[in-house]
Amino acid sequence: MFQHDRLSNEITLFQKIKNLDYILLISIILLSVLSVFVMYSTDGGEILFHTKNHFVKLVVFFPLMIFVALFNIKFWHNFSYIIYFIVILLLIYVSFFGLKSSGSQRWMDLYLFVLQPSELMKVAIIMCLAKYFHRIKIENVNSFTSITVVLSIIIIPIIFVISQPDLGTSILIALSGLIILWLGGMKIKYFIYSFITFLISLPFIISFLKPYQKLRILTFLDPDRDPLGAGYQIIQSKIAIGSGGLNGKGFLKGTQSYLDFLPEKHTDFIFTLFSEEFGFIGSVGLLILYSIIIFRIVRIGAISRSNFARLFCFGYAFAIFIYIVVNLSMVLGLLPIVGSPLPIMSYGGSSMLATMIGFGIVLSAKINHKQMIA
Amino acid sequence: MIKSNSGIRKTDVINRRMFIIGAAKVVVFVGIIARLFSLQINENKKYLTLSDKNRIREWKLPPTRGNIVDYFGNVIAGNLKVYQLHIIPEQVENFNYLLVRLKNLLNLSDKRIARINKLKAELKPWDSIIVSENLSWSQFVKINNYLYDLVGVKPVMTISRNYPFNDVYTHVLGYVSQPNEQEILENEIIQERFVPGMKIGKLGLEKRLENHLIGTNAIQRYEVNAYGKRINQLEHQKGKQGSKIRLTVDTEIQKACGELLNEKAGSISVMDIYTGDIIAMYSSPSYNPNLFLFGISQDEWQLIRNNPLKPLINKTLSGLYSPGSTIKPIVALSALENKVIDTKFKVKCTGKMELYGQTFHCWKEKGHGWVSLKNAMKQSCDTYFYEVARLLGVDRLNITAEKFGLGKKVLGDYFDNEKKGLFPNTKWKKNNLGKGWVLGETLITGIGQGYIQSTPLQLCMMTAQIANGGYAIKPKIIVDSNPISYEDAKQSMESGLLFDTDSEELLDKKLFKNQKNIKIVQEAMFSSTNERFGTSYKSRIDDPKYQFAGKTGTAQVKRISKRERELDLELEQIPYKDRDHALYVAYGPYINPRYALSIIVEHGGSGSKAAAPIAKKLFKLIIDRHDLRNKQSNFERITV
Repeated sequence: MFQHDRLSNEITLFQKIKNLDYILLISIILLSVLSVFVMYSTDGGEILFHTKNHFVKLVVFFPLMIFVALFNIKFWHNFSYIIYFIVILLLIYVSFFGLKSSGSQRWMDLYLFVLQPSELMKVAIIMCLAKYFHRIKIENVNSFTSITVVLSIIIIPIIFVISQPDLGTSILIALSGLIILWLGGMKIKYFIYSFITFLISLPFIISFLKPYQKLRILTFLDPDRDPLGAGYQIIQSKIAIGSGGLNGKGFLKGTQSYLDFLPEKHTDFIFTLFSEEFGFIGSVGLLILYSIIIFRIVRIGAISRSNFARLFCFGYAFAIFIYIVVNLSMVLGLLPIVGSPLPIMSYGGSSMLATMIGFGIVLSAKINHKQMIA
Repeated sequence: MIKSNSGIRKTDVINRRMFIIGAAKVVVFVGIIARLFSLQINENKKYLTLSDKNRIREWKLPPTRGNIVDYFGNVIAGNLKVYQLHIIPEQVENFNYLLVRLKNLLNLSDKRIARINKLKAELKPWDSIIVSENLSWSQFVKINNYLYDLVGVKPVMTISRNYPFNDVYTHVLGYVSQPNEQEILENEIIQERFVPGMKIGKLGLEKRLENHLIGTNAIQRYEVNAYGKRINQLEHQKGKQGSKIRLTVDTEIQKACGELLNEKAGSISVMDIYTGDIIAMYSSPSYNPNLFLFGISQDEWQLIRNNPLKPLINKTLSGLYSPGSTIKPIVALSALENKVIDTKFKVKCTGKMELYGQTFHCWKEKGHGWVSLKNAMKQSCDTYFYEVARLLGVDRLNITAEKFGLGKKVLGDYFDNEKKGLFPNTKWKKNNLGKGWVLGETLITGIGQGYIQSTPLQLCMMTAQIANGGYAIKPKIIVDSNPISYEDAKQSMESGLLFDTDSEELLDKKLFKNQKNIKIVQEAMFSSTNERFGTSYKSRIDDPKYQFAGKTGTAQVKRISKRERELDLELEQIPYKDRDHALYVAYGPYINPRYALSIIVEHGGSGSKAAAPIAKKLFKLIIDRHDLRNKQSNFERITV
């Protein structure tokens, strides 16, 4: 066992690179290239601010992903709690000194770019909980102490994020955390009980929502209530997607986005533009690409020897899946509008940074899949 | 080992639960794809339409009005290319500088500049402001020369109404101008086709036939962005020009009427006695309708409005005059028809007639002596007609007069401003004035004075119906789709039946009991013009081709006092406003008559001096144009 440990520690750089998951890597590259083209389209067929920045971020964060991958998975295991606490500290910092924009305070200025710590928390919470469930004995999973600990791990960051306010990200953080609880062996009945409790307390929760959040829910239930106001985004988004048809309107020919009918087309509604220009075929293609990524991540988890790597990969795959589902459901009018970016595709540095770090850890798990962690 | 066991058990749990999640993921993705399918494939058409609705905006352009042509196809209301100057504010770099430049180039007034600034504030920056609606060619060239310096200025060519004969047809056609809010709301078609800068008929046939003339909008489709800004033009759909309307009028005769009434206030109407076609209908003075197209200037408007000869009034249709002696043929006819008199009936005229202590004067102070119908008509003896009227009574006279079209609108509802006039009877007075009829009133009605009021067109129609042998006609100014020829009209008339195109029935249109009586009246009118001592003898034409029969009239404007009667003033000595109106009705040629006319010269003095000579000049032209008119009508029948 010791020997094995030693051996894996001595994997050469060449071997590490050889051990990368190339299907996953190629899929990520494909997605990145695609995202640059789509960004180019949102800029109206010119290389403007968004295209340039997006490209620069990809160029910086892709190597960062490889860099993260070159660290042994054990290293990430060891630093999981610390990373989690650092991100918590960042969240606290932001809640006091963060940059404000359109009514919420979620960003910190790092001179080179503006960081949104809540995006990092999406990955950090998976790491933290993966480590916790890796270390805890299966018999103790459902003990009072462990439940209290894991719920605290989830609830603490959510309190900070929801007070920013940022409902979308908090939901995603909560879901990412809950999935580890599920995978870690938390009793099914707890999930069922808490789901029922959630349903019962839903009206109570809604009464605590901010007026604009209530409006979003109402708008979701009936977008035509206020077609030029609150319902505008979702109506225009559906028109754009629906008018794309089977083959789409063609690259750079999406009239809805080109003529500025689409809101937030760079960020949350990027899929709308993509779907308008590339149609049903393109959209399904994109979903397949995402599915390959998710599947590869799950596969890496499945071949990992350590439960930490396994839990992280499974959890992260699910997180990616949830981001996609929430984003697509939102633009397709299946869910109320909650701010949630589409991984890699959407414009936004912090989201991409977090996603790339996540991919990096997954790739590290691949390189070191035989690595046992005590 | 325990630890290891626990690790393996944990891995199993994780894998098992991952499997459940994996299955759930597939289900959710399938659900999303299903949603995509329903939006993009099933409902594609719906969303495509919505997307086009979003991005495509239509701009309507002003429709092109239909032309109005005269009987011979000459355009009397057409369209002309005009040059306009537009500014597109968003393309302008320095608006104030541009306005200063334009002010100097086009001599714009400060008021105009203020208006442009106001429009700029009201409109969206990409909507064009019309700086000048009608640039002269030299201004247009000037602007084009300086265009490099006038960023944001757009010279535009567009189409505008034009009246090539200026004032000749104003009272027939009316004119077009910018509609006001009420006019837009009242007419659904205008409401639907309205675009700023569009002009609608304000008066006359332009107004009456608005729905035929208006045409349809040309439509330009633009792609617009979410803020409504035009991005590029997609399509231009041509509009349809409004229908062409052909009138029965003859421009040459209409023009001649204008010249004959030059600087006089009055009216001339000419009518085909068989078809009822109005050949000319001129009210003098007229004004230039082209002035109204781009907004008339205050000075020009005041000049028209304050003209004492009242150019704004359509005297042919809205002018109400006492017919004076021109009513006498009807009085004679009514008396003959009612067998009150015959041709041998004679009255002794001593220059006046006493009735219940009131004196009724004949125009000839010395009197005419014993006069029969023919002589009384020839010399327009008032005493004779006082006596005839007394014997006839106003009610019987009223029946005949109304049969011949007095007291009724001639053109129906074609002109808003047409007046009905009035032919009184005892019942009318009782109902409207609340007093009983006085015999003296019958007497003055007999010479066309008193309550009686008629329009020049009514007198023309009355004369036409005497001229055609006593048959009812339906005057018209617009050529029907299926015009009846003059010969056919005459023939059907003489068979005693008339084909009415509206009800599509053959109607009995005989206005007489005994046609001989019409003949007697016709002969009396002939002698009035063509025999010595006839009131219009001096205006006769001996050539039988042009020879016409007529009756003069002199309508008093105010009661002549005893003193004035004694003074016997010359026309020039009487103030203009107190001078008599001169009237003349006539038809010709006497053998085979074709046309009737009525002439009125306001405050012109006596009918024989002021009105009849105009008829002499006009008849030659009317008869000479007859062959051309006939040819046109025959040509059409052959081609149809």
